[in-house]
Amino acid sequence: MFAYIVRRLLWAVLLLIVLSMVTFSIFYLIPQLGGASPETLATRYVGRAATAETVHLTAERLGFFDPVPVQYWHWIKGVLVGAEYDYGAGVEHCPAPCLGYSFITKQPVWPELLDRAPVTISLVVGASLIWLVAGVTVGVISALRRGTVFDRGAMGVALAGVSLPIFFTGLVALAFFSYRLGITAPGGQFVPFSENPALWAYSLLLPWITLSFLFAAQYARLTRAGMLETMSEDYIRTARAKGLPERAVILKHALRGALTPVVTIFGLDVGLLLGGAVLTEKTFSLNGLGKYAYDGIVNNDLPKVLGVTLVAGFFVITANLIVDLLYGIIDPRVRLE
Amino acid sequence: MTTPALRDLVNRHPGQADQEPFLEVVDLRVHFPTDDGLVKSVDGLSFALDRGRTLGIVGESGSGKSVTSLAIMGLHTRPASDQKRPGAQLSGEIYLDGDELLGKTPEYVRSLRGKRMAMIFQDPLSAMNPYYTVGHQIIEAYRIHNPVNKKIARRHAINLLGRVGIPEPSSRVDAYPHQFSGGMRQRAMIAMALSCDPDLLIADEPTTALDVTVQAQILDLIRDLQNEFNSAVVLITHDLGVVAELADDLLVMYAGRAVEYGSADQLFNRPAHPYTWGLLGSMPRFDRTRSERLLAIQGTPPSLINVPPGCPFHPRCEYATRNEGRSEEVRPELAAVEPGHTVACHLSQTDREEIWEQEIVPKL
Repeated sequence: MFAYIVRRLLWAVLLLIVLSMVTFSIFYLIPQLGGASPETLATRYVGRAATAETVHLTAERLGFFDPVPVQYWHWIKGVLVGAEYDYGAGVEHCPAPCLGYSFITKQPVWPELLDRAPVTISLVVGASLIWLVAGVTVGVISALRRGTVFDRGAMGVALAGVSLPIFFTGLVALAFFSYRLGITAPGGQFVPFSENPALWAYSLLLPWITLSFLFAAQYARLTRAGMLETMSEDYIRTARAKGLPERAVILKHALRGALTPVVTIFGLDVGLLLGGAVLTEKTFSLNGLGKYAYDGIVNNDLPKVLGVTLVAGFFVITANLIVDLLYGIIDPRVRLE
Repeated sequence: MTTPALRDLVNRHPGQADQEPFLEVVDLRVHFPTDDGLVKSVDGLSFALDRGRTLGIVGESGSGKSVTSLAIMGLHTRPASDQKRPGAQLSGEIYLDGDELLGKTPEYVRSLRGKRMAMIFQDPLSAMNPYYTVGHQIIEAYRIHNPVNKKIARRHAINLLGRVGIPEPSSRVDAYPHQFSGGMRQRAMIAMALSCDPDLLIADEPTTALDVTVQAQILDLIRDLQNEFNSAVVLITHDLGVVAELADDLLVMYAGRAVEYGSADQLFNRPAHPYTWGLLGSMPRFDRTRSERLLAIQGTPPSLINVPPGCPFHPRCEYATRNEGRSEEVRPELAAVEPGHTVACHLSQTDREEIWEQEIVPKL
């Protein structure tokens, strides 16, 4: 067991290294291969009116003429221990993890990411709880009432949920819940949990509903399929033969097996979303990691995109690691050796 | 309403004929409506069983053995969780200790399940929940019917595991089913079934999934526990070797009905139905040389939707031509060939004895 954990951890570290290399290549190497000279890269770092000489000097100072491995080394060193930028006029210290500076705002990326993270985390935690409970509940009832009006209706709605994009369901939800019913905030005003938990929930309710609708639909379908499978298992008949009440047969014996794939996918989905729920954040103007990445892409603000990509990758790898480690608990038949 | 004619034919233990049997099944019919038609899995089955006795029900796959056992356990009543499948249609009567079960509410029958009647299933790996420990599943079975705390129930479970011959029960109680061997799992399954001291134990092919040496151990175990608890045992199997070891009475089923019913001694030494002859002939035996082939029964079991008219066995029966076409037209009813031994066959007594002595015995 211990050896297994160590091995998984080493794998996770290796994956992170590969991730950093790939990310670095995409943002620094590929433009150079595509014909961008060190100078064109450097133009992003200097003012509009800079002379050719300034640009050349900047490119040199940023190390754009160095061999690729050296460039990667400088970059990863910045992430791990921080970096010093020599501007000629003075030295700017960028503490670890140094993900560089935004081209637009000239602010270091990492503190901005830290600033945005609570929004995304709040969004994902709330939405994931809603979709897990709602999806599993609907899935179980659908499976038990297979072929009934409820089942067909629920699966129809689930199909819509899986198919419709967030920016559409988001607007429908906005029109309905905020403007028609007036029970949710129209979005955009994020209140930190530590400030006012009630307002925090109120401000996020609409994005939660919208985001969880998409996922609840998938989870309902997954749970339904799993329940239909486990309900026909021999051990369900055994549970009934013991005289167990039907409710316990379903909730204890059938649901347990059906939940195994759900829990696995839940971990991965949450990991993925923590790196930024781009569409939801954009739709509701939430300043989370997804919106940050979106802004970075729109403005060609490379360091921003790079930062979010690294953080998102970190979340996905961590979530994978947790799911792997939990597997032995989720399914006792899996031996973690 | 009971059918007196059928009740009279039911075999009872000698000397207890006046007493009500512990388990009595009268004219049981279990039909399943399907898109292709009505599947008559069990179609008019009657038998009786006393405490301390073992009834072996023998037949090919699809002859209605397991459907019968599930009917007794009340597991055919469509659970609330499965509304799409049309439920089984049950008729007839099932008496457990004088209590007619088919007319009772599902909740009442549920309260008897596990407590007064328990079941051992064929494949203990799939019949136990892989997500819970063996101990948990035994404790659960016990606590459904006994309001005790977990600690007492756990002690009971360890005790039971020890009694069914599982070594180091106090540590094995926390193992998962997959960590047990096949034989151990079946022992654990038996421990679970016995957790509430049931009066009726139904074993549905309890040894089919096990290898031969373990089979014998499990059968010994069932016999010992039966003696200890004085419970009635219904042993369902297609293996005549298994019933030969355990059963007091035998019921041979074909296409959802009994074709022969009597004591084990009668059926093994004086079988009266061509199908029973076929079963005996297809049994491997040590005293036969290897070069001799086992005698297979010709053909395949009939469709339970379109059961052949007349005797359901006639298309496969070598002797069906001996009675002027009656086998194709008239369905034979169970009739006594000797006290306590009934058979559903059109062969005349003389024909039957002649065939048995001249054709069957030399081949066995």
